[in-house]
Amino acid sequence: MSATFVGMPTFPVAAGTALADSQLRRNLAHATSTIRTKRAEVVREVDAWEQLRVAGATLKDRTLRHLDVYLEQLETALTAAGATVHWARDADEANRIVVDIARLHGTDEVVKVKSMTTAEIGLNDALEAAGIHAWETDLAELIVQLGDDLPSHILVPAIHRNRAEIREIFLREMERVGRPAPADLTDAPLELAAAARDHLREKFLRARVAVSGANFAVAETGTLAVVESEGNGRMCLTLPEVLISIVGIEKLLPTWADLDVFLQTLPRSSTGERMNPYTSLWSGVTPGDGPQQVHVVLLDNGRTDVLADTVGRQALRCIRCSACLNICPVYERTGGHSYGSVYPGPIGAILNPMMRGVGQDAQLDALPYASSLCGACFDVCPVRIDIPEVLVHLRTKVVDAHRGRRPTPQDLVMRAASWTLASSARTARSTRLAGLAARVLSRRGLRSAPGGRRVLGALPRPAAGWSGARDVPLPPAESFRSWWSRAGRDAR
Amino acid sequence: MTARDVVLARVRRALRDVPPEETPADVEVVRSGPSTAPLTPGHVELFAERVAQYRARVVRCVPDDLVATLVPLLEDVSTLLVPFDLPRGLRPAGPRHIEDRQLPTGELDAVDGVLTTARLGIVETGTIVLDHGPGQGRRAATLVPDIHVCVLWADQLVAGVPEAIVNLDPTRPHTWISGPSATSDIELERVEGVHGPRTLRVVLVG
Repeated sequence: MSATFVGMPTFPVAAGTALADSQLRRNLAHATSTIRTKRAEVVREVDAWEQLRVAGATLKDRTLRHLDVYLEQLETALTAAGATVHWARDADEANRIVVDIARLHGTDEVVKVKSMTTAEIGLNDALEAAGIHAWETDLAELIVQLGDDLPSHILVPAIHRNRAEIREIFLREMERVGRPAPADLTDAPLELAAAARDHLREKFLRARVAVSGANFAVAETGTLAVVESEGNGRMCLTLPEVLISIVGIEKLLPTWADLDVFLQTLPRSSTGERMNPYTSLWSGVTPGDGPQQVHVVLLDNGRTDVLADTVGRQALRCIRCSACLNICPVYERTGGHSYGSVYPGPIGAILNPMMRGVGQDAQLDALPYASSLCGACFDVCPVRIDIPEVLVHLRTKVVDAHRGRRPTPQDLVMRAASWTLASSARTARSTRLAGLAARVLSRRGLRSAPGGRRVLGALPRPAAGWSGARDVPLPPAESFRSWWSRAGRDAR
Repeated sequence: MTARDVVLARVRRALRDVPPEETPADVEVVRSGPSTAPLTPGHVELFAERVAQYRARVVRCVPDDLVATLVPLLEDVSTLLVPFDLPRGLRPAGPRHIEDRQLPTGELDAVDGVLTTARLGIVETGTIVLDHGPGQGRRAATLVPDIHVCVLWADQLVAGVPEAIVNLDPTRPHTWISGPSATSDIELERVEGVHGPRTLRVVLVG
């Protein structure tokens, strides 16, 4: 059993731990600022960027609003191209399908293309439990797997590791599972990449079954697309006899021509390149070229719950570029592990609660609050997912789900506020009281917030948690209401 | 009910808000189609520049000099894989040629380099597209050897991604190549050379 997100603490607790890790913060700040700069440069080159974003968003909306039609069309096209199509309601069913196919071919190992979907369903653990080794072949996934670690980024799952840490992991772990790292390995990225090449080559040449995801699935032609950099994807998609691709049902596009929009926006948003080094497009079986047995597993696993939410449905447009992670001030400081899922960052904060349901799990219910609602994620999203809108919508759902339970201190404060503000006389009295309190408190030495406003320090329990992350401004000595009744009339 | 029935039923239930009379075409998508404007010599220049920015080597030549141009590019290749249908006129002397007729993977791993043609080139992104037709080899041929030398004619260039997509045949497998194999997985710094060919040399003819 490898490392798992199960039982992760809630976001505020996990974020507290992450913020205290200065190495992690240095690694993250360096990596996210590098990729943000690269993305901005290549996006600026494209005059029609905004039109491409709108085209991407509306193409995905068209697909999602008629998803049943497109799923059936994809199944027909894939079958005609020689692929076997499987359907999976949930993670367990998808994992079982893969295990059964691997067993049918009598193999005890599979090579894997980096795939968020297979990470989501915990495929590696399911295979391991069935006695089948799953070898991750993407460099970052290899680092995570060898280090018995958890992914912390959609594109670069080992973003929290620096070169020195990666060198140590390679030297220590590679020999346990195959070709060892060279003893004189340094921490130069070129040497680390070469060590991964040598380590994995024997596995590529030997493996008979490969597992991939897909970036896109074209309903019209049955085309699957895998977009990658290293060539490990091509190795897995080309060399083994059997290929199993696990495709979330939101990955569909209506037509071949629609690929052009996303093959322009994805690489620029993701790695900040005009084009990623390798893109593979294929449909089913090509006689004499590549795997002659092709399986495609169409996976729901909570996606239809997202689809049913008319506000949240837009999250299914996501093409997993990770631009929202890289731009997010919260992600940049807390890192991906704090979100407790393979989908971290702003998109994870909306996808996880919708896919797994709100109101049952404190960890999931905390995610919609892991944001300052600054909106930078929406600005960079290549398919225009209004993440702040969905975050606010989900906060409402979380609050609604908790109605009728034992009230929290916050509920009591809100009820008191509601009672006070419902009456003009009560509001006037309370502001006068607050003004009095302010005059008393201001005689004590108080801190000043930027801008000069005096602020209270930490509040006593039960408000301590609330004030722990916020400045509480001193109420004004005189409220606007009282100023208006005193001076405002004269001013008219 | 099968898993298929369940998933499709869930999808239909989730889409109850979509009016039954709505068709996919009713969801308006505004996009510009592929351009039909002819390419200029500037485009050819730009393609060469963009391919080179991925740290691939680009050499330009006139058709008559093609074979002579290839010779120095294959200097460090002692065994060269060639697709069995690579045109005769494209086979320079020098390295020992091995014709790929479904060579076992282990033998592919033992050759130094591979020489192929391509289906088209994309100027805006510096991308070479193979559809693995005649002269381009099957997919494994341009993947396992460490050096890939690719010949492309200037009249095979298209301006951008939309122009590439309309010119390609969806029934064929495709490999889009933008520079040599690379990774940004270590501190997001790009490093050339992981699993695919670590060296890419492009000959642009005409």
